[in-house]
Amino acid sequence: MILAQLVFYLLAFVTVAAAVMVIAARNPVHSVLFLILAFFNSAGLFILLGAEFLGMLLVVVYVGAVAVLFLFVVMMLDINFVQLREGFLQYLPVGALVGLILLVELGLVFGSLAMEPAMGAAAAATTTQGTGMTNTEAIGRLLYTDYFYLFQAAGIILLVAMVGAMTLTMRHRPDAKRQDIGRQVRRRRSETLEVRKVPPRTGI
Amino acid sequence: MPVPLSHYLTLAAILFTIGVFGIFVNRKNVIIILMAIELLLLAVNINFVAFSAYLGDLAGQIFAIFVLTVAAAEAAIGLAIVLVYFRNRGSIEVEDINLMKG
Amino acid sequence: MLYVLLVFSPLLGAIVAGLFGRLIGDRASQLVTCGLMGVSALASIVALATLGDEPFKVPLFTWMAVDSFTAEWVLRIDALSVIMMFVVSCISFLIHVYSIGYMAHDPSIPRFFSYLSFFTFAMLMLVTSDNLLQLYFGWEGVGVASYLLIGFWYTRPSACAAAIKAFIVNRVGDFGLALGIAATWFVFDSIQYDVIFANTAKLANTELFVFGGGFDTLTLIGILLFIGAMGKSAQLGLHTWLPDAMEGPTPVSALIHAATMVTAGVFLVARFSPLYEYAPIALGLITFIGASTALFAATVGLVQNDIKRVIAYSTCSQLGYMFAAAGVGAYAAGIFHLYTHAFFKALLFLGAGSVIHAMSDEQDMRKMGGIWRKLPVTYAVMWIGTLALIGFPGTAGFFSKDAIIEATWVSGNTLSGYAFWLLLLAAVLTAFYSGRLMFMTFHGAPRASREVLEHVHESPPVMTVPLLFLAAGALLAGWFGLPLIAPEGEFWGGAIFTAPINTVLEEIEAVPWTVKLAPFGALVIGLGLAWLFYVAMPGLPDRLAASLRPLYTFLTHKWYFDELYDALFVRPALGFARVLWRGIDLGVIDRFGPDGVAAVTLATTRRAIRLQTGYVYHYAFAMLIGLVLLLSWYLFILRG
Repeated sequence: MILAQLVFYLLAFVTVAAAVMVIAARNPVHSVLFLILAFFNSAGLFILLGAEFLGMLLVVVYVGAVAVLFLFVVMMLDINFVQLREGFLQYLPVGALVGLILLVELGLVFGSLAMEPAMGAAAAATTTQGTGMTNTEAIGRLLYTDYFYLFQAAGIILLVAMVGAMTLTMRHRPDAKRQDIGRQVRRRRSETLEVRKVPPRTGI
Repeated sequence: MPVPLSHYLTLAAILFTIGVFGIFVNRKNVIIILMAIELLLLAVNINFVAFSAYLGDLAGQIFAIFVLTVAAAEAAIGLAIVLVYFRNRGSIEVEDINLMKG
Repeated sequence: MLYVLLVFSPLLGAIVAGLFGRLIGDRASQLVTCGLMGVSALASIVALATLGDEPFKVPLFTWMAVDSFTAEWVLRIDALSVIMMFVVSCISFLIHVYSIGYMAHDPSIPRFFSYLSFFTFAMLMLVTSDNLLQLYFGWEGVGVASYLLIGFWYTRPSACAAAIKAFIVNRVGDFGLALGIAATWFVFDSIQYDVIFANTAKLANTELFVFGGGFDTLTLIGILLFIGAMGKSAQLGLHTWLPDAMEGPTPVSALIHAATMVTAGVFLVARFSPLYEYAPIALGLITFIGASTALFAATVGLVQNDIKRVIAYSTCSQLGYMFAAAGVGAYAAGIFHLYTHAFFKALLFLGAGSVIHAMSDEQDMRKMGGIWRKLPVTYAVMWIGTLALIGFPGTAGFFSKDAIIEATWVSGNTLSGYAFWLLLLAAVLTAFYSGRLMFMTFHGAPRASREVLEHVHESPPVMTVPLLFLAAGALLAGWFGLPLIAPEGEFWGGAIFTAPINTVLEEIEAVPWTVKLAPFGALVIGLGLAWLFYVAMPGLPDRLAASLRPLYTFLTHKWYFDELYDALFVRPALGFARVLWRGIDLGVIDRFGPDGVAAVTLATTRRAIRLQTGYVYHYAFAMLIGLVLLLSWYLFILRG
């Protein structure tokens, strides 16, 4: 349908533009925002492809968590506005050439692949079309059964990342009050309690 | 399918190139590099999902989920490292990170 | 066995003193070397006493045997080698003993004695050689020993320069000798004396074709061998090293540059008499060079002021006499003179050493004088030596020198007339400068400073006793050596060969009385003039020198030979060497070799270092390029 094509081109164009601006923007905050824009548009593309669960996942995880994290860090660090330095141009020709070559080759590879639709026979799982399931349900059926171990592994990766991030950035502030449970429990009566005989009406 | 597969693949290729480009062309700071890496991963994701849709194989999307997971973890660790680096060196300009200069 | 002991004891002494000198100490080194030298001297006396008529050989071992070329170590014992061994080892022993006293205050005593003994060993190998290679070994050995001993006090630059000069000038001669040995092998197909001497007659008129020209074989070989002799014996042309060799200690001058090493050339010519007798042109050359040297050296000796230089030029002159004798066919007379000369020349040198020692190391005769009463023994023995040198009747020199002069008169060889007049004139000059030496050193008013005069003392017995022995030799060697020039040559037993037409030794008996008295006349004239110049009218020499200034300068500059050689050879050689060093060695070889490689490595490294920028994104870029390249290769080459 023409509408689908139009939507595709629109989303694709905006994604590419946003990607370019991520790199070219002077203000790092602007870069993050453009990144968010790119993610949104990609989510749209995913939905266009019929993978709506993944699209929403993209918005929630990427935009909601990762991009926000980026923003946090950008704000936290004292980043100077950097004028675009002259050295940029020095790399541009070579970089552009290499990028162009890469692009052409990727195109060649993908182009040739697209001509062989016989791959469809080797489908390892069901699709959403023809069964009436939602994308989410279909993914769920596959993820928790065939790819369960990988799912758990992904969880462990996230755990490790969390612990790692905390370990890296934890700063020990000397004046923050903390509890040392072990010390509390080891406390003995003789260290803390002192019984004094006090005559009445005198005080300590 | 109204939009042929090659279009999606081309789009992914362009995004990938932009991401790669961004890694070494950028002269500003390290966070741009991390964002460029996110772009790379996004391109890959588009590739996976496009193939999954056109081949009717859901494994592509499953893999895309995992890629997402790993990307998030990596972004977190990467940013943590940048933070600690900034604390120690006071700057995250790319030009200043040249202690390994031979 | 006796002969092995004779030849190898000095080697043993040299090794012990050389390697273990520091371990065993000075006194022990002296005792060991002198003791072993004494053994050798005693053995040589026994060898002389038991000399038979037939030469024999003591084979040692074979050095190399390659195809048809064999070189063996064999000691050849015949009259010529025995007489030479006697001279070498006895004089060397006396000088070893003398050196104990003379070098007593030197810091490197073991080294000195080791070198002296090593020299003696090399000289003995030379004279007992049975083939040319062994001779060459001894030849080079004495050259090395001479270098080491001249430059013994190596901290003095003049000594080092003199040592190098001696070695290099010798080398020129050695080159000629080496060519001669090669030519001999080429022609005779052997380098053993027996084979050569047996075949010389057959090759008498043949020709050798070399560099496009034909030369008479034996003449060519003879001249080449003589060039070697010229270098070693300091004859005219290759003589420049001998006066400078006086930089070495006096015992060295006495041993090497008077008695033994310089006589190696004469020995070579005498040994090869079978060859020279068939090469009259070569003999003529020898006569010419010998006689010219005799006169030349005598003229230069007239004006020297260093006491050792006078004696050095005297040696040079007397060697000329010996070669002239060989040239005219009287080889025996030449060897006889060698034998007597060894005694009185060593005596003169050691006596001079005694004087120098007494005058607190002063060598300039202009600063001596009037000390004859204080040094009676030295004075007496120096007079004996001088009289022997100038040929006073009864002394050893009388017999040998007169024999030579008479031989030049009677000989029919080429240029013998020329030789006669030159030798006679040289005799006059010899007497003059010898008298001059004695009068300037010992007589007249003392010209030294007062402290030097106070220290003048006679030498200790360890120095004077060898002098007495040598004096005895100077007096008696002539009487004992007369059989050497006996006309029939029974003493030699074939060691020296004279052709049938060579009847020089017989005809000496029949010279006219004018010729017999001529040397004595020369003596009287020379000594009288010396007395006149230096005792009766002491101002005369200076006035004469002033009025004949150009001649005087010509003589004091030694006929400008050193300046000539400097301009002709030394400067071009040094310039060439500089070109080779700067231009080729440094500029080409070093530049393309080590320096070049290092520089290229450094330059490459500097360029390669630029890859290591330290920026991670540069490295990522590099990875990307690598990836693209791999991808391209895969796509286009592997997949077509």
